[in-house]
Amino acid sequence: MRLARHLPLTSLAAAIAFAGQAQAETELTVATVNNNDMVIMQSLTDAFEEAHPDITLDWVVLEENVLRQRMTTDIATEGGQFDVMTIGTYEVPIWAERGWLSPLDDLPDDYNEDDLLTSVRDGLSHDDTLHALPFYAESSMMYYRKDLFEEAGIEMTDEPTWEEVREWAGKLDGMEDGLAGICLRGKPGWGENMAFVSTLVNTFGGRWFDEDWNPELNSDAWVEAIQFYVDLLNDYGPSGASSNGFNENLALFSRGNCGMWVDATSAAGKLYDPDESEVADSLGYAPAPVAETPKGSHWLWSWALAIPASSENQEAAKKFVTWATSEEYIELVGETEGWTSVPPGTRKSTYEDERYTDAAPFADFVLQAIQEADPTDSTLEPNPYIGVQFVGIPEFQSIGTQVGQTISSALTGDVSVEQALDSAQRATERAMQRAGYLD
Amino acid sequence: MTSLRSSNSASPWRSAASKRVLLAVFGWSVALVIFFPIFWMILTGFKTESAAIADPTLIFSPTLESYQAVQARSGYAHFALNSVAVAFGSTLLALLIAIPSAYAMAFLPTKRTKGTLLWMLSTKMLPSVGVLVPIYLIYRSTGLLDTRTGLIIIYTLMNLPIVVWMLYTFFKDMPKDILEAGRMDGASTLQEVFFLLLPLTLPGIASTGLLSVILSWNEAFWSLNLTSSKAAPLTAYIASFSSPEGLFWAKLSAASTMAIAPILIFGWLTQKQMVRGLTFGAVK
Repeated sequence: MRLARHLPLTSLAAAIAFAGQAQAETELTVATVNNNDMVIMQSLTDAFEEAHPDITLDWVVLEENVLRQRMTTDIATEGGQFDVMTIGTYEVPIWAERGWLSPLDDLPDDYNEDDLLTSVRDGLSHDDTLHALPFYAESSMMYYRKDLFEEAGIEMTDEPTWEEVREWAGKLDGMEDGLAGICLRGKPGWGENMAFVSTLVNTFGGRWFDEDWNPELNSDAWVEAIQFYVDLLNDYGPSGASSNGFNENLALFSRGNCGMWVDATSAAGKLYDPDESEVADSLGYAPAPVAETPKGSHWLWSWALAIPASSENQEAAKKFVTWATSEEYIELVGETEGWTSVPPGTRKSTYEDERYTDAAPFADFVLQAIQEADPTDSTLEPNPYIGVQFVGIPEFQSIGTQVGQTISSALTGDVSVEQALDSAQRATERAMQRAGYLD
Repeated sequence: MTSLRSSNSASPWRSAASKRVLLAVFGWSVALVIFFPIFWMILTGFKTESAAIADPTLIFSPTLESYQAVQARSGYAHFALNSVAVAFGSTLLALLIAIPSAYAMAFLPTKRTKGTLLWMLSTKMLPSVGVLVPIYLIYRSTGLLDTRTGLIIIYTLMNLPIVVWMLYTFFKDMPKDILEAGRMDGASTLQEVFFLLLPLTLPGIASTGLLSVILSWNEAFWSLNLTSSKAAPLTAYIASFSSPEGLFWAKLSAASTMAIAPILIFGWLTQKQMVRGLTFGAVK
């Protein structure tokens, strides 16, 4: 009797449990950085979940350096906390070599792998196999104010040199209240000032290491490049240049406080947006300046989505990374957010789409910069590493940041350029000896 | 003569008054210096992104766009709930462990008590990052990663030395005669603790608890490293607004203001108890 009375209730509970089981969802934890493109990706979560009702997305958004440290801890201890990770061209080959990332060698046909830009694809491969899919890519270029150039009677050349830039900076500096002739990165960090400084050293004919991994930080080319950088920023840069990174310079340039700025191509979209930039109407762009050699004068960077080998949801994660880096996704962003907001630098088809090239006049220029950047041949003399603005070895994060700090102290005048580079050379030698590259 | 007397009596009064004014000015100055960063953060949350990074100014047209952007992006309530659960959960657990420990150390000391207390405090001198990997591995194998229980345990361990120390000091200041009188009347140890010790040292326990809640609420290292999405508290929420590309100061300030608001209000409401507790036993 009692059983009969409870039967409907029991059946209902069983039905609910069964229904719950039938709709069992895979929860994907996606670790990413906070930038415009990633914010757009998060806002399109619903579109992905509608197309894949068996998968839900959980986002972990962190500052770049915190994210890097957090992901390294998790992946090295096989924590399995993340199913998809946002990493860059620096990490992918290193992590892939250690077996931390799942190879992406069986992508679906409709993913159209051949549509990916070759240089970006190579940067995210290890042993000719992709280990991460590019979400967006960038190179570096020069931005300038056409109105000021016109007023000062300066004509931008097709391939500006650093000598010309110095001369122009002198003419532009102080033309308006609070106007600096040129803005460049000064904030210490391997991904901040050293990204720019490495390209400057490359084009001045220098390199981080010779073919036997001996550091060359106090070579003539380094001294010349860093002296040029320090003089240029001290003479014609904004005040407090040593604390300016990408964000600070973006704010300065978009408010009209810089005559020229050499930095990431990804800033172009923001500078062309009249809602974000006061110089949208007068914005000019040119290739990154060169000195002795065009080799390595502009960088190559890509934020990419990778699947850690420790993830238990490999199949679902693959569905997500292929969706977020697909032509379909680019189309979705273009339609919902506007064509200047699509993630640039990853697919040839983006640059063949008139809707994008019409909205982004700088598109072809950026494409050329990305295609020309060659991480395998970035210096005048041969070198043993991969990377334009970084050296693709695990030790580079700490070496780069330490060297960045000494160069920043030369910029503030605390030490001379020679002293800074001698100290950087000694520190790098020690680090390379400890790591076993040198005897 | 009269004038001399009046000047004599006015002088100490005047000097006492000017001393009070000076002290008040000094106190206010210190308070303003301490509060200024919080004030500036609240102000920045009401600026546009470009105004936030422009030359500092107090005059600007306030906007709620950063708050709207912050609200639109992520579930504040989820993070806030985690913060409340781990801050109060860990405080409760810490008090449960610390009260008997402090009782034993204050009223039944051995020759190793002082050494034990110092050793407990020395664990606070080790940088957290030094034990990150072992803790991470333990948490991974026990399934505690990204769980509130995991955070409660680590916060309890983190705050335990300071909670034990504070309670030990408060208990030590309590006259032993009262406990002895209780014992004479036949009270058991538990009754002694519950009916005599705890009621008499309640202000001290309350302020210790409040301090533990605040420390847990503001902790960022472990919360960023041991959680990902499910158990992430408000410190992880704030960190998500820092950006390598694009302007973020106004949004970050708005998010921080929202993150500190509950604990700020909580601190405000309980400041009397806090001050009473912290000065408990200071004047005899």
